[in-house]
Amino acid sequence: MYKISKENLKALFRLIAAEQELYVPVKTADQVNFAAWSEEAETDLDTLKTVKSPKDAFFPQSENLYTVKKEGKKLQVEPGERKNQDFVIFGMKACDVQAVQVLDNVFLAEPVDTYYAARREHGTIVSLACHEPEESCFCKVFGIDCAEPAADVAVWMVGEELYWKALTEKGEALTKTVESLLAPADQADEESVEAEKTAIRGIVEKLPYSNLSLEGWNKESLTEKFDSPLWEELYQPCLACGTCTFVCPTCQCYDIKDYDTGNGVVRYRCWDSCMYSDFTMMAHGNNRTSQMQRFRQRFMHKLVYYPANNNGMYSCVGCGRCVEKCPASLNIVKVIKKFQNQGGEN
Amino acid sequence: MSIESKEEFRPKIVAFCCNWCSYAGADLAGSSRLAYPADVKIIRVPCSCRVNPMFILRAFEKGADGVILCGCHPGDCHYSTGNYYARRRMTLLFSMLDYIGVENGRTRVEWVSAAEGVKFSTTMNEFVEKIHSLGKNVRLGDLRCRK
Amino acid sequence: MQEIINRAKELLANKTVARVLGWKAGDLPYNPEPAYFETEESLKDFVYNGFCGANLSKYMIEASKMEGKTMVCLKPCDTYSFNQLIKEHRVDREKAYIVGVGCKGKLDIEKIRKQGIKGIQSIKGAELTDDAEVLNMETLYGEKICDWKDAMLERCHVCKGKEHQIYDELIGESKDTKDADRFDEVKRIEAMSPEEKFAFFQKELSKCIRCNACRNVCPACSCRKCVFDSNKFDSSQKANADSFEEKMFHIIRAFHVAGRCTDCGECSRVCPQGIPLHLFNRKFIKDIDELYGEYQAGADTTSLAPLTSYTFEDAEPGIVGERG
Repeated sequence: MYKISKENLKALFRLIAAEQELYVPVKTADQVNFAAWSEEAETDLDTLKTVKSPKDAFFPQSENLYTVKKEGKKLQVEPGERKNQDFVIFGMKACDVQAVQVLDNVFLAEPVDTYYAARREHGTIVSLACHEPEESCFCKVFGIDCAEPAADVAVWMVGEELYWKALTEKGEALTKTVESLLAPADQADEESVEAEKTAIRGIVEKLPYSNLSLEGWNKESLTEKFDSPLWEELYQPCLACGTCTFVCPTCQCYDIKDYDTGNGVVRYRCWDSCMYSDFTMMAHGNNRTSQMQRFRQRFMHKLVYYPANNNGMYSCVGCGRCVEKCPASLNIVKVIKKFQNQGGEN
Repeated sequence: MSIESKEEFRPKIVAFCCNWCSYAGADLAGSSRLAYPADVKIIRVPCSCRVNPMFILRAFEKGADGVILCGCHPGDCHYSTGNYYARRRMTLLFSMLDYIGVENGRTRVEWVSAAEGVKFSTTMNEFVEKIHSLGKNVRLGDLRCRK
Repeated sequence: MQEIINRAKELLANKTVARVLGWKAGDLPYNPEPAYFETEESLKDFVYNGFCGANLSKYMIEASKMEGKTMVCLKPCDTYSFNQLIKEHRVDREKAYIVGVGCKGKLDIEKIRKQGIKGIQSIKGAELTDDAEVLNMETLYGEKICDWKDAMLERCHVCKGKEHQIYDELIGESKDTKDADRFDEVKRIEAMSPEEKFAFFQKELSKCIRCNACRNVCPACSCRKCVFDSNKFDSSQKANADSFEEKMFHIIRAFHVAGRCTDCGECSRVCPQGIPLHLFNRKFIKDIDELYGEYQAGADTTSLAPLTSYTFEDAEPGIVGERG
């Protein structure tokens, strides 16, 4: 393990950014989101949750797949660029790192999504332990330890120090490039990191959602859950906006569209939301005709369909962004609780 | 066709003209051999009221440098009142564009009757000159539409 | 709150209404959700406190299609939206039993978070029964206090007044919480140079994630099919990557409700990125007031809206440049 004092963070970022692209949580117009680091950018590592998850780094909200250009009577097709340069994403939380695993299961399975694969190959993740977890967090429910994040490099911020621990080969490689700024951590440092971990885990135990039970959310109960009358009641406040899906680190549905530029066509893909009326629209129309069905799709996908196809791994990581951001105060926790309380009766 | 350098800048102007007055006015300008720049592309609409604010924004997005709307003089609308509604709408839209920081003068409304070929031609000449002085539309354009 | 529940029970019992539209207690101290209550028993979850900011008028569009009457709880500012929906024939007055509920300003959890308060376990003082001006919070990181005023939604600082515009009965006292002029911010932006204006909106709108929350929560956005969902017109761009998309979306969104927007502030309340969307709506309101005479959408159910009326002497669009 290494350490670096917090005041040297800027130097650290500068050093990383000299070699490759660097994404960090940046505060713009009062909101913190992941963005490219620059000297002027207001880096914010204290805000626990960025509004949007860092999923953009691997699966951007919109990206061009190819461009068709028209010149005279000739059409020229240019494929969209795959990521071909290394980049570092600094400050992802344990839940967001787990979310990347969820995306991997989708995009790296055959047929491999080459755009995603290229980004994964070139990206190095530096994760940050959650110093002060918040009431909307429930990562523990999914077996995530926010005190000991996975990723290529794990980082802890304790007092005025930042502790740095490489966990993978990529992490080691990154550590080499910034070695000049790092000092080896001693026994006392190890202890203060352990103390921080204990403190974090202590807080997590006290979080209101930490004891949420996922019992009964499995493929065996698919039909029962699907046909439950509870959905009719649960979906009522839903406004059918896409906030939950767009702040979610694991939502991976996308739409492919064409944009007429006047002198050609850009084919791009962009995040889609199962809350939207044109979600999975086909020539014959839509196979989910009511908002209840669309609402049900989101939670059934996260808690039943996805685990059924991925050895029981849920496609929710308990980051709590939807808990904080839903305009109607709906969220996955309320859905789980509702089934927990009333599932047996119905 | 390159329009990168300042000297070669030929603005793209979209003119929405109502079928009953302004389009006929443009016709008259043509048959009277009054010149106006070829940079002006006319789109004929049934009434100035047909123009949705989105038309104007779309035109800018797809690369127009200036958009002008021409209709019958107030009181002369073929449908009696269409241009009154258009007038309020455009006032609010132009004000909004000004509010978000788009240079003043990229948009304009002019009432041109079927008999005003001269007005049509002078208006277009003036407008093209104005857009020329403002330069290329950067703030409302869409990057994807650049050649 | 108890008074509302008692009245709701009465109305359900004597079959005046088939359901009650109100708020249901959430699982955190600050997240009640809009909900229908169909039985007296279910009303045990009913809640009405400082976090019930949601404007229930929009839900009445759907409720108007249901069997029987719905008792709906509307705050003073929500009643403007309801009136506007009546004017546009989107809700059925006969299907609504409007209980005007008292309001002394609503709270914004984001403003509380912005003060660095996190790990909230309980909040005292958000109930409307006491006259507390301070919120006392127990958090995982110690006790915190926050002034009610500092946690109030932006829209409550420019409160339209404590009078309900339409109701069948009133329950509870309201308070006018206005302490700022609603056009102050608009004027501040108008005074900027074009470059500054552009930079300001660019910064704000680049945060937009195109989630459509602002549109979907808006009581004035009640089209059956939105132009931004139309697959026949290339306006249904879900992409957020390109700078102009967001600007166009927000201009058109605001334009489509110009003259119909009651300034209820829901768009700004729900924006996950905290974009001050009311600045667009208020610009239109200000222009309408200045150019076509003072107009408050939703103050009545019969007047002609500014964009569906005209006078011969209306200002020419060129006035925008002349005003400078």
